Amino acid sequence: MTRPKMTRPKMTRPKMTRPKTKLRAPPRRLPQHATLPALGDGDARAVAARVARESYGKLVAYLAASSRDVPRAEDALADAFASALAVWPSQGLPANPEAWLAKVARRRLIDAARRRGAAERASETIELIDAELKEAADGDEAIPDRRLALMFACAHPAIEESIRAPLMLQTILGLDAAAIASAFLVSPAAMGQRLSRAKAKIRLAGVPFRIPEREDLPERLGVALDAIYAAFSHGWSEAFSDDPHGRNLAEEAIWLGRVVAALAPNEPEAMGLLALMLYAHSRRDARRDALGRYVPLSDQPVQRWDKAAIEEAERLLEAASALGAPGRFQLEAAVQSAHAARRLTGKTDWGAISTLYEALFAMTGSPVVAVNRAAAAAHARGAAAGLKLLNEAAAEGRLADFEPYWVVRADLCAKMGDIEEARRAYGLAIGRQADPAARAFLIERLAALA
Amino acid sequence: MQYLLMIHNDEKTILSASPQQVGERLAAYGAYIKEMTDAGVTRGGQRLHPAATATTVRVKNGKTQVLNGPYAEVKEELGGYFLIEAPSLDSAVSWAARCPGAKDGAIEVRPIWEM
Repeated sequence: MTRPKMTRPKMTRPKMTRPKTKLRAPPRRLPQHATLPALGDGDARAVAARVARESYGKLVAYLAASSRDVPRAEDALADAFASALAVWPSQGLPANPEAWLAKVARRRLIDAARRRGAAERASETIELIDAELKEAADGDEAIPDRRLALMFACAHPAIEESIRAPLMLQTILGLDAAAIASAFLVSPAAMGQRLSRAKAKIRLAGVPFRIPEREDLPERLGVALDAIYAAFSHGWSEAFSDDPHGRNLAEEAIWLGRVVAALAPNEPEAMGLLALMLYAHSRRDARRDALGRYVPLSDQPVQRWDKAAIEEAERLLEAASALGAPGRFQLEAAVQSAHAARRLTGKTDWGAISTLYEALFAMTGSPVVAVNRAAAAAHARGAAAGLKLLNEAAAEGRLADFEPYWVVRADLCAKMGDIEEARRAYGLAIGRQADPAARAFLIERLAALA
Repeated sequence: MQYLLMIHNDEKTILSASPQQVGERLAAYGAYIKEMTDAGVTRGGQRLHPAATATTVRVKNGKTQVLNGPYAEVKEELGGYFLIEAPSLDSAVSWAARCPGAKDGAIEVRPIWEM
């Protein structure tokens, strides 16, 4: 049986090393600033944590919208959360915690502006902030949700591509630089620096917090979705079932995907991406057996898949398809839907999967898709057909460091009886596989060659 | 906010243009400048003489050094600029994209450091 690696989200770059620190529940920045005793304020902490998740990006977007000064908004918000943890246990929970936080953070922003100097510009800034923030924070009015606009600022073409996903994770979800750094394989200091630089560019260059015009929207949304998917892919390889906290970058990316799908409800690709991530995530536990060994998709017991996640993904994909504008993420989600159908039918419809990969390849021309297309064709029409497509993909180049290419190559060569080439390909795949469990699986496959 | 649009073009192409091409370029700039003026965004702008006319000045240890030529030798030289007022980078970028020089060169968009 071949083992096409179709279930794995595509890596944006081959991972040759693993982070030194295992990614656990990423610490949020707020609790870090809020160094208060936990005694008796567990409830306040729980509410603050919930509000942080729901409202962090909303509040940053709101506080920074006019100044575009994200770092100052973040600092003010961190102070507001610290105050919340100090005050809520004794004074009780405010009726509208979000508005309470906005009000306190706004006061902090104004105080900080005053402290910075009595220069004319400062007082102008204060007036501006005051006027803009007054309305919602004074009453219990809802804080406008500008997270999508903030996301578009983070994923702006003027922002360096590789920092877009980290920037979203930080400004929308409040993850700290260290947690992001470990998933993106850079040092916390370097990540912190790059995040600061990007935020400085947003402020100084005037990167707007706004939803792009209709004609630019598909392209700009695509960039934002790519960044979210990059975050998901980074988190995916870390998100093994041995993580007792269960929270990881993949889940944070799903959260971002939910925000986009909710705020841009008629965008089929936003739904497609969310569906794709949910399908993949539904199998997170099934990727390892009880002994922590790697289990390829075709051997995963369907009972271990997360049924609720699959059903949600199915509903999303259906709603997206109804809008009649197919795209890359919808097609990838459709492939996952076909795999997920095994829970109902007991078998995998490789013909359908092969057709979907043809469409995906026609749309993207991606070498990664080309590998998956070859693997699917091998299942549907035999190893020779698959190998032919795989050789065509390899002729284009850019696959030498791509581990799944060597795995598919090894499987297909073994099937064709070319044991020598299969051995060589498994060897190259093993050398490129960073995950110990997946590597052990490949070593077994290599040993099993006749 | 104010932005400086710096127009970089290949001087060779521009200097070797036929009279007809020169006329077309001037007309395109004329229309562009009118558009910017009508929209009230322009705060000034000029065309520069070619890089061969440039003189680069440095002061080292109190001594003035004068060198013939531009600060950096590049294929696409700075050939002119516009200073514009725009609400955001997106707006500045859309003005840059309309500049005739963007078609066969590049426009660098830089925010002005406001004092």
